Amino acid sequence: MKRYVVWLPLGFFIVIASFFFKSLSLDPNKQPSALIGMPIPDFQLRDLHSGRLLSVDDLPAQAYLINVWASWCITCQVEHPFLTELSKSIPIIGLNYKDQANNAITWLARWGDSYTLHIHDPDGGMGLNLGVAGAPETFVVDSEGIIRVRVQGELTQRIFDRDIAPILDLVR
Amino acid sequence: MLPEFGHFALITAFALAICQAVFPIYGYYTNQIGFVSTAKPLALLQGFALAVSFAILVNAFFANDFSVKYVADNSNTNLPWYFRISAVWGAHEGSLLLWALILSFWGAAVALFSRGIPDKMSSLVLSVMGMISIGFLAFMLFTSNPFLRILPFTPADGSDLNPLLQDPGLIFHPPMLYMGYVGLSVAFSFAIAALISGELNATWARWSRPWTTVAWAFLTLGIALGSWWAYYELGWGGWWFWDPVENASLIPWLMATALMHSLAVTEKRGLLRSWTLLLAIAAFSLSLLGTFLVRSGVLTSVHAFANDPERGVFILGFLILVVGGSLTLFALRASKVSETGAFGWISRESFLLFNNLVLSVMAVSVLLGTLYPLLVDSLGGGKVSVGPPFFNAVFVPMTAILVSGMAFGPLSTWGRTDDPKLFRPLIVTLLVSVTFGIFWPMLLDGYFSIPTAIGVSLASWLAIATVVDAFRRVQEYGSLSVVVTRAERGMIGMWCAHFGLAIVIFGIVMVENHSEQRDVRMGLNDVQVLGNYEVKLVSLDVVNGPNYVGDRATFEIYADEVLYQVVTPEKRRYSASGMIMTEAAIDSGITRDLYIAMGEPLGNGDWAIRLSVKPYVDWIWFGAALMGLGGFISITDKRYRRSRKGQSMQANKCLEVTT
Repeated sequence: MKRYVVWLPLGFFIVIASFFFKSLSLDPNKQPSALIGMPIPDFQLRDLHSGRLLSVDDLPAQAYLINVWASWCITCQVEHPFLTELSKSIPIIGLNYKDQANNAITWLARWGDSYTLHIHDPDGGMGLNLGVAGAPETFVVDSEGIIRVRVQGELTQRIFDRDIAPILDLVR
Repeated sequence: MLPEFGHFALITAFALAICQAVFPIYGYYTNQIGFVSTAKPLALLQGFALAVSFAILVNAFFANDFSVKYVADNSNTNLPWYFRISAVWGAHEGSLLLWALILSFWGAAVALFSRGIPDKMSSLVLSVMGMISIGFLAFMLFTSNPFLRILPFTPADGSDLNPLLQDPGLIFHPPMLYMGYVGLSVAFSFAIAALISGELNATWARWSRPWTTVAWAFLTLGIALGSWWAYYELGWGGWWFWDPVENASLIPWLMATALMHSLAVTEKRGLLRSWTLLLAIAAFSLSLLGTFLVRSGVLTSVHAFANDPERGVFILGFLILVVGGSLTLFALRASKVSETGAFGWISRESFLLFNNLVLSVMAVSVLLGTLYPLLVDSLGGGKVSVGPPFFNAVFVPMTAILVSGMAFGPLSTWGRTDDPKLFRPLIVTLLVSVTFGIFWPMLLDGYFSIPTAIGVSLASWLAIATVVDAFRRVQEYGSLSVVVTRAERGMIGMWCAHFGLAIVIFGIVMVENHSEQRDVRMGLNDVQVLGNYEVKLVSLDVVNGPNYVGDRATFEIYADEVLYQVVTPEKRRYSASGMIMTEAAIDSGITRDLYIAMGEPLGNGDWAIRLSVKPYVDWIWFGAALMGLGGFISITDKRYRRSRKGQSMQANKCLEVTT
């Protein structure tokens, strides 16, 4: 009996170690969006400033970014200078997420407006359709209207160069 | 030039570690005393080489030498000098060097304080420690060299230490924790040495017992410091999050706690020998596993170091070698251990065995809960997370069972407890503690609460039983001074630790069941009621720190309309990294903490403010400190000095018989 029992700890360890070996190849930070490779979902939302009703047809025909932001989101404020820089080379659509219009407009006036279009999503409905977990998030949409990349959290030069720039060169 | 010298010292230490691993074991098998006796000087030399290397890295930080990549990545000229020192272990490479340094310190300590142990045995122990050292030094030299330079384009300034780590708690938390983690390597090495030599009698248990206790005490303090740091620095007001890396420190702690107790059985009675060996292997293996989890990037957590699969493969390989190797050795040798002797159903052995079983089940449940997301992910099941509900559901009842038994253990006798009168004090203890548990919540809040009643009953059950046991012993010895000076300090240490645990449990029960927390919107001159206090926001200012800018709110706290305290929580933005940090303001007290943290600005100069009252929260860390103190007290036990001569003679005799 004991002759076999003493091998149990080793067996237990081998099972665990093999799982570790497998999981080394998995990226723990990757949160795949179900929407990558899918067309951008349709929406009926108002423009932040004019209140005009917007839909998918109002989105640019070229490749662009959708940036999910809100005035209550500190990280959005942090990433904003980089977006402003970026907006010189690619259109960025602002999806104002779960926010009040007057707060959002004050925020844009204070920190600068780098968005070509402002979609106001006060209830977070479009955010839900995009699978947004929280602001900020950034999506890359190609000229066909297909979502290509999703970045959660602050968009930085490093992440842009690593995750977005290579794809952008392909889909432009 | 100096960093190159540090690198060279590291390589020297690596070479010394190889010698330390090979020479003694070669001498052991070929019976050449010359080789055996190299172990101690080699261990001391290795410790010296690593101390030199570490000192050079500290100096590079202190002197802002940004030509060293690791310094440039983790420090900044604006960083105060004490954080520049603690930044040494603020990231992967440096903390690994600290790990190796502490390992070599433990090795040097074994070399210096093992005069009572036969040379053949201590040199085998040092040889095993040398093997562990080889692994970590190779890991550092091949994948994580802290002395790499950035030349010729040296940055003018560094990119700053992670702001989360810019905190006094972080100066001491990692060294303490590593002292614990790495200290377990001593018990591990003793166990392996015993397995190699085949001398599986109780002597190895006697030798490794004080080492295990010290390592356990450091681990206890390290975990407590980490929890305290999380409480005031992360800004969430929690003190334990069941974060994978927290669990990675808790699992070895549970194992080490079990090991301490089973070592007692093995030493005193020569029983549970294979089980104790297995625990010694498991405790250190699980602390290696913790290292793997933190550094390989297989788990995400607030603690995760740079995620790097190459490093992951290296550590995993090392882990497989160490753990797989030692478990194989265990399986080969332990099957030949014949357990002799028996103990009654009600005896100190049976209570300690019970303690071991409960602690092991706890450790395995935490381990499985921590690894479950990994297992599911590697089976293609996607990302899942195991949250606090699981851990609480397992841990809370197990702790209750453990604590119920803890009162019986010290009162019972070895072998067989025939006299049930010994347990008579527990009847009174039970009555008093249950009464106290029932009335305490009513006194406090005016209503009855079942979780509080049970938790407080358990805590007081343990506390009273410990005090009763202490009184009984003091009476036996005549006076307290005799117990302190002449009798077993190990016993005093045990009382201290058990009483400390009771205090920890009391604190946990209170803070988990009676905390009050509100998130409110506050503008200038707004007043909010917080427990028995009124909190008024009197000013909002901008602050400019050495390496951050931030908002500071000043709150006046009134008790019965009288100004009681002024506190200033902050929200900081660290310039170099852009990270936003919450500095909560905490007014600590014996019976409660007032905790005020700033959330987000809400426009019009208003802020979201988190206000909480946390009753008895400081008792958690005070109790843990008492537990650690207990560990340190018990190793001053005279038994470890008095009988050293006798022991070594006895042990030498054993060796003669076997060789």
